[in-house]
Amino acid sequence: MPTDHELALKSLLYRRNLLRWIKHAGAGHTGGSLSCVDILNVLYNRILRVSPATFSDPRRDRYIQSKGHSVEALYVVLADRGFFPESDLATLCGYQSHYVGHPTRHVAGIEQNTGALGHGLPLAVGTALASKLDDAGFRAFTLVGDGELAEGSNWEAALAGAHYQLDNLTAIIDCNTLQITGRTRDVMNHEPLSEKWSAFGWAVRTVDGHDLAALTAALEQPLEAGKPSCIIARTTKGKGVSFMEDVGKWHHGVPSDAEHAKASAELDAAIAQLVGGAA
Amino acid sequence: MYSPAAKAVAEKLGLQTGRANLEEFADTLLALAQANRNVLAVTSDSRGSGKLGPFGHALPKQIVEVGIAEQNLVGIAAGLGSCGKKVFAVSPACFLTARSLEQIKNDLCYSDHPVTLVGISAGVSYGALGTTHHSLHDFAVLRAINNITIVAPADNFEAREAVRVCAGHDKPVYLRFGKAPLYTLPAADTAPFTLGKARELRAGHDVAFLASGETVIHALLAATHLAETAGLQCRVVSVPFVKPLDHAAVLAAARECRAVITVEEHLVNGGLGEAVAGLIAQAGIATRFKIVALPDEYTVTGSQAEIFRHYGLTMEGLSATAQGLLDRN
Ligand SMILES: Cc1ncc(C[n+]2csc(CCOP(=O)(O)OP(=O)(O)O)c2C)c(N)n1
Ligand SMILES: [Mg+2]
Repeated sequence: MPTDHELALKSLLYRRNLLRWIKHAGAGHTGGSLSCVDILNVLYNRILRVSPATFSDPRRDRYIQSKGHSVEALYVVLADRGFFPESDLATLCGYQSHYVGHPTRHVAGIEQNTGALGHGLPLAVGTALASKLDDAGFRAFTLVGDGELAEGSNWEAALAGAHYQLDNLTAIIDCNTLQITGRTRDVMNHEPLSEKWSAFGWAVRTVDGHDLAALTAALEQPLEAGKPSCIIARTTKGKGVSFMEDVGKWHHGVPSDAEHAKASAELDAAIAQLVGGAA
Repeated sequence: MYSPAAKAVAEKLGLQTGRANLEEFADTLLALAQANRNVLAVTSDSRGSGKLGPFGHALPKQIVEVGIAEQNLVGIAAGLGSCGKKVFAVSPACFLTARSLEQIKNDLCYSDHPVTLVGISAGVSYGALGTTHHSLHDFAVLRAINNITIVAPADNFEAREAVRVCAGHDKPVYLRFGKAPLYTLPAADTAPFTLGKARELRAGHDVAFLASGETVIHALLAATHLAETAGLQCRVVSVPFVKPLDHAAVLAAARECRAVITVEEHLVNGGLGEAVAGLIAQAGIATRFKIVALPDEYTVTGSQAEIFRHYGLTMEGLSATAQGLLDRN
């Protein structure tokens, strides 16, 4: 189990690396990848019982990324966990590459093909239900965007998750308050969110989605026996790069050479500070 | 998108580069909406992708945002349409025609409301984003539904005219656009744009290319290339209306030309090609025939241009297909 310090360092490295691959490909969903890095970090390094060696084990925990557009964050985390060499990402979005702009099962470590929003939660409900039917004991997690919550399929699945008392199911909402057009509250308001999930029969906890310890505590165990868990992660889109934070245009913005250099320098400085601080 | 050889042919033809059909659409719609306050744009977090930013600023009361909810989009559009609004519902073609299919079938087509569905970034415009973002099924699923017109404009002229036709048509329409800048095709003055009619862009009696949407240009380049390199005179027909299909133009091509090739940015199943094939076969015409489209397989990944090249939807690919078809015994 990595220490808090090791985990914090990983988040910075993931951010720097995913920007590098987005820059290299000339395409990617930058803002939403940066907002969910800490969540994926905690999931893959502390919570999920899955590794390249156990990926075909039917009892492995499942992670389904419903907000598939933030695939670059998933790619760098899976590469770090040894599912494939990170250098594979040199082909990201290229001709005949399996590393397309959304998750597909052609890539080692990926459970479900996503990219059309509003599919992850129903898939996770089915997965968690299978675990219950077989008494297999594994957990199912899904990561949903806050704008994505406007898709009605989420709420159909929310009913089903509570109906089947899937306490092995966890939905994490990446609440960065932005979607493509602007603020989610202006585009299609879904607040009060916590109350909605509670009313649908879920156990709910709101956490700072960049606080690794808080995320760990929220995800370690199901929140409540007999109920699915909803973790509302309050995040910042573009987190970790000063000029990308909370700026809508970085949803699928690709940094220019100068912007990329500036972003990398900021992250390198943070890495140096963290490493120096530990010594 | 074009090889150097294809670019050279386009230059020789004197074709001007236009802009993306999407931009033509957005400007035309804005002009229509300024003249008629019943014209509404309805979007699903797709205002930017639909180039409707200026529309939203100019006419904030005539744009309705529904959030990332395509089923809701079509239902709401149908409700607005039922109350006398002239609605353009704008969303990526892949989601609009897959996720919302039941709303399209029941709320729009069956109930018969005057809504134009605008499928943006259609076909493989979102090439490298993968299959979730491709719409290679839209002609097929919508052809199987009664009471909807399917239009895929080939250039800015057809796009502009198509928006006007939709605005004046009190029935469900599906309008399909890509997002790449396009060449402006010839014959804007000689071949008018009329509901249900195909447009002959080039005369000929060897091979007839019947093409839809953004593949038409590649057929025109191939026909020109075949004339120069093989002395073949090929007919090029733009078929913006996949439904209703222009029977007279299709049957004339099948009767008057030595071979027929259909071209579309769609899966081979259920699109323009099969519509043309069914028509020709039922008219009792036996001819050499080939559907050029994406095969029924896991679509190769890459940009739209790379995918077109991979599957032969280019001047070079179509020229080779035409020659192969004529050489066949
Ligand atoms: C069904 C569907 N509709 C539309 C899209 C296009 N799209 C991709 S990302 C996005 C915005 C997502 O916003 P949000 O869920 O808040 O994600 P995040 O802010 O984390 O990037 C949209 C509309 C899609 N991928 N799938
Ligand atoms: Mg968001």
